[in-house]
Amino acid sequence: MGESIYINPLVIFFASILTSNMVLANFLGMCSYISVSNEYKTASGLGKAVTFVMAVTTVMNFAVYKFIIIPLGLEYLRYIVFILVIAASVQVIEMVMDRYFEGLYIKLGIFLPLITVNCAILGISLFMVIREYDFIQALFFGLGSGLGFWLAISALAAIKEKMAKSKLPKGLEGPGITFIITGIIAMAFIGFSGIFQIQ
Amino acid sequence: MAGEIKRVVRHNLWKENPVIRQILGICSSLAVTNLMANTLVMGVGVIFVLAFSSLTISALRNFIPSRIRMMVMTLIIASYVIIVDIFIKAQYPEISKALGPYVGLIITNCIIMGRAEAFALKNKPFVSMLDGIFAGIGYALILLIIAFVRELLGFGTVFGLSLNISGWENWTIMVMPPGAFFVIAIMIWAGANIQARVNKKLENTARNTAGGRALNG
Repeated sequence: MGESIYINPLVIFFASILTSNMVLANFLGMCSYISVSNEYKTASGLGKAVTFVMAVTTVMNFAVYKFIIIPLGLEYLRYIVFILVIAASVQVIEMVMDRYFEGLYIKLGIFLPLITVNCAILGISLFMVIREYDFIQALFFGLGSGLGFWLAISALAAIKEKMAKSKLPKGLEGPGITFIITGIIAMAFIGFSGIFQIQ
Repeated sequence: MAGEIKRVVRHNLWKENPVIRQILGICSSLAVTNLMANTLVMGVGVIFVLAFSSLTISALRNFIPSRIRMMVMTLIIASYVIIVDIFIKAQYPEISKALGPYVGLIITNCIIMGRAEAFALKNKPFVSMLDGIFAGIGYALILLIIAFVRELLGFGTVFGLSLNISGWENWTIMVMPPGAFFVIAIMIWAGANIQARVNKKLENTARNTAGGRALNG
């Protein structure tokens, strides 16, 4: 951790989609991943919204951390500051979308408030701080992690849609089978781990 | 009072167990469960945060404007999480490094917000604190069971002590992410089955005691 080898932003980008996928390898954003994955279209919409918000908030949190928190020596307050930044940026994104991109707002609008409490957004910001990324790295990390979430939730929703009518043991219906599917997807993603690795 | 306490205990430990019955707080429960020691520290941290944030929120429940209550509750929770984070960093630097960002993520752990919203805002401080403690214990217990299975199968150890079973081969998959998914799936399955059996038994006794009387629904 923290050694001074510079990791290429593109490596971070692809690693955060495939090998360090935030759902399948880091267990972030599980709540919405489990509960909003019954329909492919909705899941994909949430994935897009998360990708967008994550890229924006990671960059914002990077700027706030670097230019406000560190100079003032307030590292211990970073959780509160990050949450406030996330809540505020989601609010702003919502307003801007409502004003200028109405079509997009109608499609993604309902997911935005949900995202504020998504642990993945805060988690990615915290990972960024711990791994000491610079601006470009943080941007690619946020974007890649969002895309990774989109990929994972779309894959899960597509599988769940296909097997909606299949017979399951009673107790396994719902969350139980979701976790088993996720486990199998996660196993498949381990196959990528030889290509590139961060942490 | 006593009845209320009993209800709180039963609900949180089994009937509405946060992890396996309500599927809340999954993020952290999976990420920290490959070693029992880490899990225990995390569990105690969550119990602490739950207990005191429930107490505080409940004590302030008449003063929090309902429109901005989410923000207020998040700030209260975040303050306690910072205390836990600083404490773990000072006392157990090794474990703090292993837990990484997951201590901070207690803030967005749905269990805490869930208990605050569902219980602390409507009940007196003392009962709310008890509710928080037992919700935390219900969470920590499940985590410890998951960690026990994963550590035992993945490293052949319990709390870091080797069991020295001859011919034991570690199941590396158990300490990797997929192992966590499989173990929690099996636990949810078992939980649902046990609950179904209990329900059936209750139904039967109800039918027997009701005797010949008409039973609606």
